[in-house]
Amino acid sequence: MRIQLSAAKVHNDFIRKVEEMSGQDLLKCYQCGECSAGCPAAFAMDLLPNQVIRLLQLGEHEAVLKSKTIWLCAACQQCYTRCPKGVDLSRIMEAVRDLLMLEQGDRIVIEKLPAETLAEFPQQAFISGFRKYTA
Amino acid sequence: MRIPYYPGCTLSTKAKGFDQAARQSFAALGIELAELKTWNCCGATFPLSRDNLLDLVGPVRNLVSAAAEGDKLAVACSTCFNVLKRSNLVMRNEEDKREKVNFFIEADYAGSVQVLHLLEILRDEVGWDNLAKAVKKNLADLSVAPYYGCMFLRPPKEMGFDDHENPQILENFIRALGAQVADYPHRAECCGNYIAAFDLETTKEMSYLILASARKAGADLIVTGCPLCQFNLDRWQQDLAMKHGGFRPIPVLYDTQLLGIALGLDATTFDLDKHYVDPRPILAEKGLI
Repeated sequence: MRIQLSAAKVHNDFIRKVEEMSGQDLLKCYQCGECSAGCPAAFAMDLLPNQVIRLLQLGEHEAVLKSKTIWLCAACQQCYTRCPKGVDLSRIMEAVRDLLMLEQGDRIVIEKLPAETLAEFPQQAFISGFRKYTA
Repeated sequence: MRIPYYPGCTLSTKAKGFDQAARQSFAALGIELAELKTWNCCGATFPLSRDNLLDLVGPVRNLVSAAAEGDKLAVACSTCFNVLKRSNLVMRNEEDKREKVNFFIEADYAGSVQVLHLLEILRDEVGWDNLAKAVKKNLADLSVAPYYGCMFLRPPKEMGFDDHENPQILENFIRALGAQVADYPHRAECCGNYIAAFDLETTKEMSYLILASARKAGADLIVTGCPLCQFNLDRWQQDLAMKHGGFRPIPVLYDTQLLGIALGLDATTFDLDKHYVDPRPILAEKGLI
């Protein structure tokens, strides 16, 4: 993938908001890959957790917004716990999700969830899910 | 001893057996878990965006209720425990957020309550030795895999619950009950959490890794302290057995159910029949029910 860098792009408005909402300094990450190694959902992701940070460092947030990775992060905090630089990636994922949903609307339509799912899953799954998939 | 107790939404609905076993077991150990007079759902997730104060309202209202009834709050569900404990730390340590949340809910709360998980109460108030003395059944022939999931332990700086890479509290609990501990590497891996309700195929595989790892370690059953972990691990095992040849389904119990059984309590109110992988055959085989 060819990427053109510029100061304006690297410090773009979206990236600034992600840093503000998450309270995380994206440039702390030096790409060791510990987050991707420990992530239990990485096998199903199109972008690995460390790639999400790398793309955001380069101002390439459009690629992150299109990926399913941000919706597969369950905030288990394994990555944050093991990060040698103390970067809380789950906070970054949450900021990206929230900013995207504020612009494009909720990820899920609650009324469209299958009746059997609603009847069977524990309440906890919906409350968490609604908080993560709606803004 | 009487400790104010927060059951939470799932323990009052889908996981009543977890709640019943907790109350009865603690009563047998001389501790009354006194349900808060007023409580609401904790929100089931701790808000990770810095500007999201609204999601702190639910948990903090519970903490305010708890403060009116004592200086401790006992919690059974590890997700509620995580949310309440982290929200409490915000109220204790972050002045700006404390002021705003207090203003919004018309309270004056500064994080005074100590949020305690039931396992901590067993460890610190009862003590493992005393617990071992209270055990009425012989579990020596039972191999139990402890499953922590995420919420007990992480983030460790805030939860301060146990060593996050090598936790021991569930192991010590299992040993105090007289059972054997099945040591396996996936005990603190995430089961998929709420993602299961929206992307089931991914989380089934996440659960499978945990279940297969516990089986490989020779476990007869798994214990956990989270209703969503319990559901995710328990629910799809028939499908997983069809997909992964050689996998034998393994029952997933709540920690309090195993506690109640070990204490010799009548397990008929523990809802063992509501589990998807029936735990009763193995418990009967080991002479425990």
